[in-house]
Amino acid sequence: MVMEYIPGIPLLRPKVDLDNEGFWNGVKEHKLVFQKCKDCGLLVHRPRPMCPRCLSTEKEWAPSEGVGEVYAKVNFVYAKAAYPGIKVPYAVVVVQMVEGVRIVSNMYDVKPDDIYIGMPVEVVFDDIADDLTLPKFKKRLV
Amino acid sequence: MRSIAKKSAIVGMGVSDFSKDSGRTELRMTCDCIKAALDEVGLVPPDIDGIVKHADDGTDEHAITSAMGMGNLTYFGECRWDGSACGMVQRAAIGVATGMANYVVVYRAENGASGSRMGTSSRNMAQLATGDLLQWTYHAPFGLTSEAGRVAMTVRRYMHGHGVDSDLFGWVTTVCREHGARNPNGLLYERPATMEEYLQSKVLVDPIRVLDCYQAADSCVAMIVTTAEKAERLKQQPAYILGGVQTILAETEEKNGFYGPEVGGLPEIGRMGERLFAMAGVGPKDISVAQLDDSYAPLVPMQLEELGFCGRGKGASFCEGGDRIRVGGELPLNTSGGSLGEGFIYGMNHVAEAVRQIRGTSTAQVKDAKLALVATGAGGPASGLILGGSR
Repeated sequence: MVMEYIPGIPLLRPKVDLDNEGFWNGVKEHKLVFQKCKDCGLLVHRPRPMCPRCLSTEKEWAPSEGVGEVYAKVNFVYAKAAYPGIKVPYAVVVVQMVEGVRIVSNMYDVKPDDIYIGMPVEVVFDDIADDLTLPKFKKRLV
Repeated sequence: MRSIAKKSAIVGMGVSDFSKDSGRTELRMTCDCIKAALDEVGLVPPDIDGIVKHADDGTDEHAITSAMGMGNLTYFGECRWDGSACGMVQRAAIGVATGMANYVVVYRAENGASGSRMGTSSRNMAQLATGDLLQWTYHAPFGLTSEAGRVAMTVRRYMHGHGVDSDLFGWVTTVCREHGARNPNGLLYERPATMEEYLQSKVLVDPIRVLDCYQAADSCVAMIVTTAEKAERLKQQPAYILGGVQTILAETEEKNGFYGPEVGGLPEIGRMGERLFAMAGVGPKDISVAQLDDSYAPLVPMQLEELGFCGRGKGASFCEGGDRIRVGGELPLNTSGGSLGEGFIYGMNHVAEAVRQIRGTSTAQVKDAKLALVATGAGGPASGLILGGSR
């Protein structure tokens, strides 16, 4: 694991609510799911109360293939401009999933300097605490 | 759509100095600046019947009314988000143009250097991540916490999309510092920065360097907006509001742009610009001077593209060498120094400088400045103004 969480500093946790619990419950079970409209089929991320295209509130949590590529990245190299609970340097990426949605995440097994835009990736699940799992990505061999 | 164009003007203005320690409360700075604005045009507190404030501002309308004996307030409300400076002026303009108010105060005050800033401690961040802003839920757990980091993501994608070298962003900083060095009221008076200093400044969040970032300051800006007719009877040269626009798009977040059709542009600024030029009935070539959001230097070339001052991917080369964007160039930018060279007060100093350019009183005055454009909120909820010396 590339990211090192510093003990004693609170982990940043998602705010789980009735609109997005399907996503976070999936992550807890090591499944990556995205909100899909049952009426028009539109897939979106982040979760929201209704489909932004047809305004239907009938939604399901569609399993993702879990693969995509790095779309953008930043390296946090200076502690004062980073979250104090994570040891610098660390990278944050935006991943473009094959389904078309984008998700903010971290690389699990790649050093910040080795990440590049276009890098093929696949999802992994990082249990960073007993009660907190995050969807992260590792380099996919193609 | 009925337009508010040309129906109102910024008439009075009070700007504090920019310092690392104001030695005053935010409320005191606000009252001092409002007093200066009133004095400048010959108004008294009971004339003021409207206040537009920023939701994050630590001062309250009623604290101001009681401090200054303003007993006639009938029009008040808040704007939110960092890019609201122009939007607040627009709200004031709507108030006077529709007859809901006569004289509206717009202000922003912050002890941004000496006071505590939101989001700097881990406790604050943990609270934010689990509470205030829903957008944090999908970003903060991954360590994407600082604003510089969120901006860096968009900038990285912009560089990738257009093959832009990040060294070129240094021209924005050097020109803003050059203008700021001429401004005795600014934080960096007589302190220009060289390209060498820029290139040697520490990388904070790659590709953002220290000298790409705004200068935190203690400061306040207050201004008074009234109708065009009333403005003509007051002491100062009015800065007529020819256009005022706010913009949020479907996937807009605060200084985040990861989910729209294309990451790496500033679509809110683009949309805002189209509507702003249409409202004012002018185009990019008509603008004499622009005050753009320079909270982070790379956002400036991106705004130049979005606003149509140059082609896609050409913003950084437009700034190269600095000649086009310094006073005397084809589009002088941020002539008070802006957030990089004067100090950070959420773009309110950019509005104030646009007023000075129209009045002809800037310390880096553009000859015959007829139209001044202001853009705030690059990378998030955006707003913009076009001010002019005549209607």
